[in-house]
Amino acid sequence: MEILNALALLANFVVVPATAYGAQLALGALGVTLIFGILRFANFSHGELMSFGTMAVILFTWVLQGQGVIIHPLPTALLALPVGILVAIVLSLTTDRLVFRFYRRKRANPIIFAIVSVGVMFVYAGLVRIVIGPDDQSFADGARFIITAREFKELSGLAEGIAIKQTQVVTIAVAVAVVAAMFWFLQKTRSGKAMRAYSDNEDLALLSGIDPDRVVMIAWIITAALATIAGTLYSLDKIYKPFIFLQILLPIFAATIVGGIGQPVGAILGGFVVAYSEVMLTYAYKKFLAYLGPSGWAPDSLVQLLSTDYKFAVSFIILVVVLLVRPTGIIRGKVIG
Amino acid sequence: MKFLSAINMTGGYGGADIIHSCDITVEKGEIAVVVGPNGAGKSTAMKAIFGMLDLSEGTVTLDGKDITHMAPQDRVPIGMAFVPQNRNVFVSLTVEENLEMGAFIREDDISETMEQVYELFPMLKEKRNQPAGELSGGQRQQVAVGRALMTKPKLLMLDEPTAGVSPIVMDDLFDRILEIARTGIAILMVEQNARHALEIADHGFVMVQGENRYTDTGKALLANPEVRRSFLGG
Amino acid sequence: MTRRGALYFAVMAALLLAVGFYQSWNVAFGILNLCLISAIMALGVNMQWGYAGLFNVGIMGFTALGGLTAVLVSMPPVPEAWAAGGMGMVLSFLMLVATVAAIIFARRSVPAYLKTPATIALVVAGFFLIRIFYLPAVGRIEAINPAHTGYLGGLGLPIVLSWLAGGLVAAGAAWLIGKVALGLRADYLAIATLGISEIIIAIVKYEEWLTRGVKNVTGLPRPVPYEVNLMETQWFINFTNWLGAADIANAASMFVKICYAVLIMIVLGIVLWLAERALKSPWGRMMRAIRDNRDAASAMGKDVTRRHLQTFVLGCATCGIAGAMLTTLDGQYTPTSYIPLRYTFLIWVMVILGGSGNNWGAVLGGFVIWFVWIEAEPFGNWFMHTITLPMGDDNWLKQHLIGGAAYTRLVLMGAILLIVMRFAPRGLIPER
Repeated sequence: MEILNALALLANFVVVPATAYGAQLALGALGVTLIFGILRFANFSHGELMSFGTMAVILFTWVLQGQGVIIHPLPTALLALPVGILVAIVLSLTTDRLVFRFYRRKRANPIIFAIVSVGVMFVYAGLVRIVIGPDDQSFADGARFIITAREFKELSGLAEGIAIKQTQVVTIAVAVAVVAAMFWFLQKTRSGKAMRAYSDNEDLALLSGIDPDRVVMIAWIITAALATIAGTLYSLDKIYKPFIFLQILLPIFAATIVGGIGQPVGAILGGFVVAYSEVMLTYAYKKFLAYLGPSGWAPDSLVQLLSTDYKFAVSFIILVVVLLVRPTGIIRGKVIG
Repeated sequence: MKFLSAINMTGGYGGADIIHSCDITVEKGEIAVVVGPNGAGKSTAMKAIFGMLDLSEGTVTLDGKDITHMAPQDRVPIGMAFVPQNRNVFVSLTVEENLEMGAFIREDDISETMEQVYELFPMLKEKRNQPAGELSGGQRQQVAVGRALMTKPKLLMLDEPTAGVSPIVMDDLFDRILEIARTGIAILMVEQNARHALEIADHGFVMVQGENRYTDTGKALLANPEVRRSFLGG
Repeated sequence: MTRRGALYFAVMAALLLAVGFYQSWNVAFGILNLCLISAIMALGVNMQWGYAGLFNVGIMGFTALGGLTAVLVSMPPVPEAWAAGGMGMVLSFLMLVATVAAIIFARRSVPAYLKTPATIALVVAGFFLIRIFYLPAVGRIEAINPAHTGYLGGLGLPIVLSWLAGGLVAAGAAWLIGKVALGLRADYLAIATLGISEIIIAIVKYEEWLTRGVKNVTGLPRPVPYEVNLMETQWFINFTNWLGAADIANAASMFVKICYAVLIMIVLGIVLWLAERALKSPWGRMMRAIRDNRDAASAMGKDVTRRHLQTFVLGCATCGIAGAMLTTLDGQYTPTSYIPLRYTFLIWVMVILGGSGNNWGAVLGGFVIWFVWIEAEPFGNWFMHTITLPMGDDNWLKQHLIGGAAYTRLVLMGAILLIVMRFAPRGLIPER
């Protein structure tokens, strides 16, 4: 019983939140890795693209809520998601046409692309703050919990409950669906294979008659969709804060590199590695150990390896370890000079 | 006028010209081979024909049509296919996906062409679901040639297809190239192994320092004592 | 410097004078001081990007380290805190040193296949050993008079010393991170520096025993006189009377700002002179050769990674110096004020606009961008008021747009960066 309680505790505070967070990071990292694979640069504007798409979702959610269009118990934001994705796609394609295409034609150095993406980041960040403001926004509705801790305790007879938030289940369900759709696209469709071919060998793709502009366009469309979904799920799960999207860039980049740059499977693995490390290293194991130890005993301290203040440091540590031990990432990614 | 006529080509990569008044032609169903010492501009001439190089002078015509200023990717739909010397397969894609990508521009059913490629290279059919990056050097060349054939080209251009493969594999590859030519495709290739290549060639072009030095049938070049002495090692 | 460059600087000076005449001289000198510090930061980034092509996205972290050094050098020590937790801190530090030494020793002496396991084991062991001393010490230090101190304090030395010390601390951190991330792909450095700067900010925000964290350290000692003291000093009163200035408080505040301006200008002058000397030396020529053709340079036997490490450390040190000066100028250390858009990416806009590779360009970029950054706020307000003129005053959209006016400067900065990169990639004063 004690062991079951300990496991329930761990499930409630580590497994469930880390899985949801991992899915959000994985979706973000997929977008970054896709742009890395196709356009070959580190896209610093990705976080703000997530923010922009999410903002569009929030605005449309408010409109729907105002009209009384809701899909209880699911969050209304799911209904608004396609609109947000569309906005993000239009934004991405416009940006590509106005900004990135010029450097692509010039075959500019990846680092120039990265700096240009900083400029794009500024513009997106400014637009978001002008339109929706710099403050937190809440837009989650629908049922809050699938199962509350109390219900779980009554059901299982354990002293520890596992609460599962509705947003966590939505996150995981949507992430699984999106990832499955994306892999189906990449593995089975002609356009998807063309994207992989282009990412693998640009020159040969040209010789095969694959249109680079089309490949890039599809890459942006998918990236914008992934970014909007990732940002919306993250904001539903926690809260929408415009400034968080610059911070979240770090774990997303870490997940991308850990998984292997340009590797979609790696990005997903990387997302979960980073999320689980973050949650596990910042969780206080006091109660968990108390269950496992002799009855009546409890550790004196919190048994927390790192204060939660340092959760972003975890991604960095993982990043450094990967750079030192296996610079190509879990799945051997490409090394673009 | 031959099926492919590249006449009086002069050009280079921005700086000094690498090829000077260079002529290369090939007829349908024939094999033309460009040979010459290292740095003679053989590969550059191939790239010029495929439009990957700006020509300051000269014209390239295919089937009587002037294509001198056409972009490389636009040459694929009109029947030209190019197999580069390096990085000529998609290493992370399976063999079959490589072939599919070769046929990317085609809207019709490609299964028949794919069967023909598999008939030509039975080994590829066995390894169809394996990533091309895991194949041996010779097999990779087969994938590369197969990929190029998937567009049903009228002109197949090969840049040193036997570089880095064993002599047995080389013989086999040349046999396959002969077979391809018999189907009526014009083949233009650059080769290091000059003697071998000229043996199967209908026409040979010996280039030195960016210019044509000797142009004749393959047999005649092999018989020419000067060519033998200077380029075929006696 | 070319005539075009001189013209740009003249225009810049005219703009500052215009602010002086039309807004106020106090504002003008306030802007000037931050322009000067921005110029120093831009010089630091220019050494990395302009000389060597390194993309450092962690400028904020090195600036914050410089600021932290200003606190640690200048604030008086807190003896009670030292008595309570000083020993524990010293012991944890010694433990840290011992752990690092053990790791280095182990990595040199064990067989290759044991290297990684041994390192991990030692890191874990060291981590827990350090915590034995560290955590209680932190608790005791932070318990001492938390409203006013709650930290160890500093060394109580003149704050000007921290300008140099801040550079050294930043250099040390840069050396560590450079050792890991340089020599790999170019964009790994960018991502790694992004990470290190977030960590540094986390440390200065949450290690209250060291920095008081979000409680801020206020009332840092100054290298220049205080306004209140000036106003009671006889020579200053005589001086203002002689000038005919009506408002002595205003005059005192101006005088302080001018003192700062002079101090900062001296530092800027030294850094600029050194940067120019370095750029024109054989070392500088080699750096640019490496930047322009890395493979050729490394084929010629140049140790590219080592050279990159040198410039990286120098550039970060310069940012550290600027960070210490910035904190000195503010008179307080507020960890929450460090945000990457302002302290990292804005500096990048300065360097790109000014002309990467050209030190005078970096200085000009620092001036122009800081000026625009400050003046964009009134401009944004004016812009939003103008486009919303037809709307009623209680219009929801109008109020919303005016509320967001401050953020037009982000869009403006992005637009400047993008336009310069596209249409004038060599910047205002191009590299010769």
